[in-house]
Amino acid sequence: MLQVAGLTCAIGGAVIVSDVSFDVAPGEFVAVIGPNGAGKTSLFNLLSGLLPVTSGSVTLAGTDITRAGPADRARRGLGRTFQASSVFAGLTVQENVRLAAQARLGGSMRAWQLVRPSDRAYEVAGRALDRVGLGSRAHLPAGSLSHGDKRKLELAILLATDPALVLLDEPMAGVSTEEVAGLTEVIAGVHREEGKTVLMVEHHMDVLLGLADRVAVMHHGALLALDTPARVTGDPAVQEAYLGDAL
Amino acid sequence: MSTVVLLTVTGLGLAALYFLVASGLSLIFGLMGVLNFAHGAFLTIGAYGTWWAAENIPGAGATGWGFVYAVAFGVAVGTLVAAVVELTLIRPLYERHIEQVLVTVGLSLALVALVRAVWGADPRPFPRPELARGTTSLLGANVPNDRFLLIATAIVVLVAVLAFLRFTRFGLVIRAGVENRTMVTALGIDVRRAFTLVFAIGGAFAALAGALGGIYLGSISPGQGTSLLIFAFIVVVIGGMSSITGTAVAAVLVGLVQQFANYYAASGVGDLSVVLLLAVVLLTRPGGLTARLA
Repeated sequence: MLQVAGLTCAIGGAVIVSDVSFDVAPGEFVAVIGPNGAGKTSLFNLLSGLLPVTSGSVTLAGTDITRAGPADRARRGLGRTFQASSVFAGLTVQENVRLAAQARLGGSMRAWQLVRPSDRAYEVAGRALDRVGLGSRAHLPAGSLSHGDKRKLELAILLATDPALVLLDEPMAGVSTEEVAGLTEVIAGVHREEGKTVLMVEHHMDVLLGLADRVAVMHHGALLALDTPARVTGDPAVQEAYLGDAL
Repeated sequence: MSTVVLLTVTGLGLAALYFLVASGLSLIFGLMGVLNFAHGAFLTIGAYGTWWAAENIPGAGATGWGFVYAVAFGVAVGTLVAAVVELTLIRPLYERHIEQVLVTVGLSLALVALVRAVWGADPRPFPRPELARGTTSLLGANVPNDRFLLIATAIVVLVAVLAFLRFTRFGLVIRAGVENRTMVTALGIDVRRAFTLVFAIGGAFAALAGALGGIYLGSISPGQGTSLLIFAFIVVVIGGMSSITGTAVAAVLVGLVQQFANYYAASGVGDLSVVLLLAVVLLTRPGGLTARLA
């Protein structure tokens, strides 16, 4: 599904991501962990086209997307959420998802086209909202949702774009303890029932252990280890770099 | 009493002009962060386009439907120029804000100079349709009809823009883009394409303001748009930079303050009090009256 080879990004002489290579198989769930500043979010920005690649390549489903822009990558099936909650606070929950559905289905630029509830984008948005359990709150302003619900909304937005590969950047960040279980369940559903390939940056190890097929550990911009959760947590080098402090 | 009524309606008429110019500025800034200093030139183009059409195009004229055709021509030229400017000058400079300011300031100077070279620097008498020439008695005041024409046009534009943003697919893209451009792009929507249309719509409103400004002032001159632009920018800042309703409220505020201060204090104090109003709003509410779109 995703092949990353020798991916490097240097900005102004500072190497942010250094020679990272890994493959993600279709339907796989790979978690990315590492201390703060290890380059996890930068890696995501490289994959989604928000940072320029200095060297190396990114291949999505057989197509080289190393130089493709973010919009192009999104159209090719790469969807992502952001570390900071990234919903359109001024739009309603439903409008947030409908915008995404509209982006995938096309026709956004037909300037004078009125929106009708019979539109396909309406239907797709409704289904995505039901999947994450926000169907009953569709007409609230997105800004009024709780942190956990905003994360669910982001997932619904992603689902509406029907991506093949989903990048989740710290979905649990800022989410209250009570909401973590519900959100984990929604993410698991997206992975297993919707059959999405998932790449997720996360700090909560307990969440990852139940979800991830493999865990990638980043340290100082490089990939330190990539293995099953059990083997990664047992790796002395990983414990030295990260888990020793974090756990 | 009749003075207050007259000042209020005239202030609202002025507010209508400010709103027409400022609404485009605010959408353009909100969507792409572009400060369009050439916006005043679009107003001048709309005014001269209307004036030229009224004299030279068969069927168009200074009265009745002929005048409507003339205005339509002026607005069409303004829209076209705005679209061409966006595609050829602004588009290559996306995200390069200093260069954008330089190019739009330069363009504004060049377009005004071009108009001056072709039609001279002296004011030209502007055709005033008979409907706008009369007065209407309102609460004891004889209010010139052109004020009502200005106010009605601005209200129609305001309602149309709000409906466009609210009820069309494209409007959803614009509202989302104003809130967070990066996220809209991440969804796979090319915001730049939306921006060309927004820029052209802004140009159309500015050109319409040019034609209406001509009726209001009775004459047009090349520098008119640029001097109106300063107040339009103040309106945009007071209104919260990227909010249409905020811009409308700010336009009313600025128009009324300017009229009343000019009358009750001294001529010229109006401009000063508008700048003071700007300072007060920025000191008490740094984000403007509202920081969100509609």
